[in-house]
Amino acid sequence: MRFDTPATTNPIDQLKFVGQPIHRIDGPLKTAGKAVYAYEWHDPNTPYAYGYIVGSAIAKGRIRSIDVTAAKSAPGVLAVVTADGVGELKKGKYNTAKLFGGAEVQHYHQAIAVVVAETFEEARAAASLVKVDYAEEKGVFDLAAARDTAVKPEDGEPDSAAGDFHAAFETAPVKLDQTYTTPDQSHAMMEPHASIAAWSGDELTVWTSSQMIDWWRTDLATTLGIDKEKVHIMSPFIGGGFGVKLFLRADAVLAALAAREAKRPVKVALPRPFLMNNTTHRPATIQRIRIGAGRDGRITAIAHESWSGDLPGGGPEVAVQQTRLLYAGENRMTAMRLATLDLPEGNAMRAPGEAPGMMALEIAIDEMAERLGLDPVEFRIINDTQVDPEKPERPFSHRDLVGCLRTGTERFGWKDRSKRPGSRRDGDWLVGMGVASAFRNNLVVPSGARVRLDRGGVVTVETDMTDIGTGSYTIIAQTAAEMLGVPVDNVAVSLGDSRFPVSSGSGGQFGGNSSTAGVYAACVKLREAVAQKLGFNNADDVIFADGEVRSGDRRITLAEAAGDEGLAAEDRIEFGKLTETHQQSTFGAHFVEVGVDVATGEARLRRMLAVCAAGRILNPITARSQVIGAMTMGVGAALSEELVVDKARGFFVNHDLAAYEVPVHADIPHQEVIFLDETDPMSSPMKAKGIAELGLCGVAAAVANAIYNATGVRVRDYPITLDKLINGLPELS
Amino acid sequence: MQSPGALEISRRDLLVASAATVTVAGAPSLGHSQTNIPEASTGTNVSFTVNGERLELELDNRTTLLDALREHLHLTGTKKGCDHGQCGACTVLVDGRRINACLTLAVMHEGGSITTIEGLGQPGNLHPMQAAFVEHDGFQCGYCTPGQICSSVAMLEEIRANIPSHVTGDLTAPAEITAAEIRERMSGNICRCGAYSNIVEAITEVAGRKT
Repeated sequence: MRFDTPATTNPIDQLKFVGQPIHRIDGPLKTAGKAVYAYEWHDPNTPYAYGYIVGSAIAKGRIRSIDVTAAKSAPGVLAVVTADGVGELKKGKYNTAKLFGGAEVQHYHQAIAVVVAETFEEARAAASLVKVDYAEEKGVFDLAAARDTAVKPEDGEPDSAAGDFHAAFETAPVKLDQTYTTPDQSHAMMEPHASIAAWSGDELTVWTSSQMIDWWRTDLATTLGIDKEKVHIMSPFIGGGFGVKLFLRADAVLAALAAREAKRPVKVALPRPFLMNNTTHRPATIQRIRIGAGRDGRITAIAHESWSGDLPGGGPEVAVQQTRLLYAGENRMTAMRLATLDLPEGNAMRAPGEAPGMMALEIAIDEMAERLGLDPVEFRIINDTQVDPEKPERPFSHRDLVGCLRTGTERFGWKDRSKRPGSRRDGDWLVGMGVASAFRNNLVVPSGARVRLDRGGVVTVETDMTDIGTGSYTIIAQTAAEMLGVPVDNVAVSLGDSRFPVSSGSGGQFGGNSSTAGVYAACVKLREAVAQKLGFNNADDVIFADGEVRSGDRRITLAEAAGDEGLAAEDRIEFGKLTETHQQSTFGAHFVEVGVDVATGEARLRRMLAVCAAGRILNPITARSQVIGAMTMGVGAALSEELVVDKARGFFVNHDLAAYEVPVHADIPHQEVIFLDETDPMSSPMKAKGIAELGLCGVAAAVANAIYNATGVRVRDYPITLDKLINGLPELS
Repeated sequence: MQSPGALEISRRDLLVASAATVTVAGAPSLGHSQTNIPEASTGTNVSFTVNGERLELELDNRTTLLDALREHLHLTGTKKGCDHGQCGACTVLVDGRRINACLTLAVMHEGGSITTIEGLGQPGNLHPMQAAFVEHDGFQCGYCTPGQICSSVAMLEEIRANIPSHVTGDLTAPAEITAAEIRERMSGNICRCGAYSNIVEAITEVAGRKT
């Protein structure tokens, strides 16, 4: 099905199941510990062996030799596979750094060997016996120091401009020119990367933890130099990803090579301390923002430049993305510059671009509002735009940022915010409120599905879509139930298997809308097949409801319609030019209240509210969870999350969950979420858009702005730790 | 290997079936078992109760309770998130108290009584805390969830036993079940999906129902 004209009325609009607060259909499995994750596929008749990774102890250089003598003779050891032993392997399309193979070391903790033994304990012990002789080379690890070496990236759109920014900024009556920094961040999902690989002749099955089944399948085949058709990937449950499981990772490659060498199925999990340096991270940024406005508060000039770093062949963190679209202003420019760094690979983490971009932009907007003497909500509303500011002939498909800001203002009690920073006190706490817009582009990705109807009237959906906690199982069941007129309990959903039609996968907040649109397309075909089989020639009057198909005065149960042989249909949604003619984005507003301890500078969240305008909400329970989870991650970005770079040795020092501080229960208050009731017929037949990343964009800035409101201390370098506040706090009386 | 043919039943049965019928096609059976100890000098016999069932195992002394459960008993509901006592995903109940199963060796638990998430309840017969997590959507990816649930069940007992926490204001008064107490006492269980707000509501509901 090609989607190239706006959606009109369709069966989804019935909203009998779609849009309803239906609990996760995988909930009982997950809460009972019966959902099977990558490392947990146990066949009692299979002699699994255990692989343990060895990572590089240097950040850059070459392996002169690897001595595996002691490791090989250690108890229980079955095989040792080394990077220099396997030679160069072809790198997958989606990776910047190679995952394994060859003598070159590109970053710290890059996989250089895997030790296979009968038990986990034996493999781990033997791994410590591998001796490596390195020829270490000098690397570049400090973004600030390397800023002047940054170049214009070759790919993408590093620069954009409209009007004459410099002239307009020069003459603007009110101006801001500030620089902000965001640190390297880690996805830190709860389930470490893990794979089990089993060969059967030249066919390989890998049980793994992947957001994008087909990308993994393709890149694993490329890396191993085998036909993609010989690779079977299974990933029905994923213990979180946030972007770090988008692309093939070392655990799958090591497991496959180790299983081939050991002639046994092999399990490999990355130990937690490997996650920060072996895999990917959100790259640090330095962002300069300039805004010029008239005294009426209208932005006349806006510029956003960002510097970030990556390994050779990598790309920039696209932190200026939202600034091209979020606020009006005739004269504008953005630019991204990329430095070569020898840190681990920088890549997508939840809301790549907008998450760190909004961390900077939304502080700048707060600062500018203050200079103008305007309420920060009003300043944002004054500068709303219903068209792409760079291309005014291109409207937004649907944009209700103003509705989010107004609703939030009322619901949060924004009028109680003290206009003078540092003036509200509650015992030992300085109290402040902050606001930020939320903005994230809505991406749409082709997605396929197969739908079967059996003689029991049970509908089975098969797609290689993944559920990384987003609720895919549930919203896909709701979609099929709506389309075929059966209860959700009569829909079986099978995901994460490369034998199923290729889906959008999970990433870029495109999965929910795109994958359900693919299921919609397959269900349309199945409806046609049912009608045709029953001889219902007038498709327009065929109704699927209550487990029946009806046309005129004929009504037949779906079970009968399926018959003994059943019926099946497969299709795929593809998206036309609506994303070009119309800018599709999602909008929101974050409101937070913080308390800052007047003596210690410790910042605590007291209240949080998000108001979101993101098209049709397919399931308010799972959508709300996506938003509160993103708000939580935003609190981490604001207050504690920072991968600390060892600038001499070139690695992230705090590579575990004790030292890389993600929010815990005690950090998070009750969170409120409001969804504006809207649809976006430009996005898909579902009229839904993404929500999972929107919820993150702007949160950290809202916290930063609240801390400023509480203390009068403006911090422009994340995270806002107490050492950055304490010297600016009022004197203790 | 999961067979799509197994799906022609109700969804919940299907999901259970897909989780329980794992085989690797074509893999030779070498008769190997994880409970065999290749090096006798590093192994010990240990006997404990898991979810009411008395078990005798011969285990490598280095095997954590977590790996004994997951790799030897195939009770994979208990999760390995960090293996360092930093995330709480491996929380189980040993003799009624919550511990991180990754931070203790299995052979240290001779005669112990261990309860895992599988011992609390099963799909179709969920423990009230498991049901409350479903009701309040107190999870997303589900990986920290068994640990959160085991931890919360024991945590409520700790409050009832009047064990104070960092946020308990008055040590002479009975400990109370408040949101602040729950958040403080649950802070050893990290949820990166960020379901905390919902988890606290689930626990609060169960606490209220019991008291």
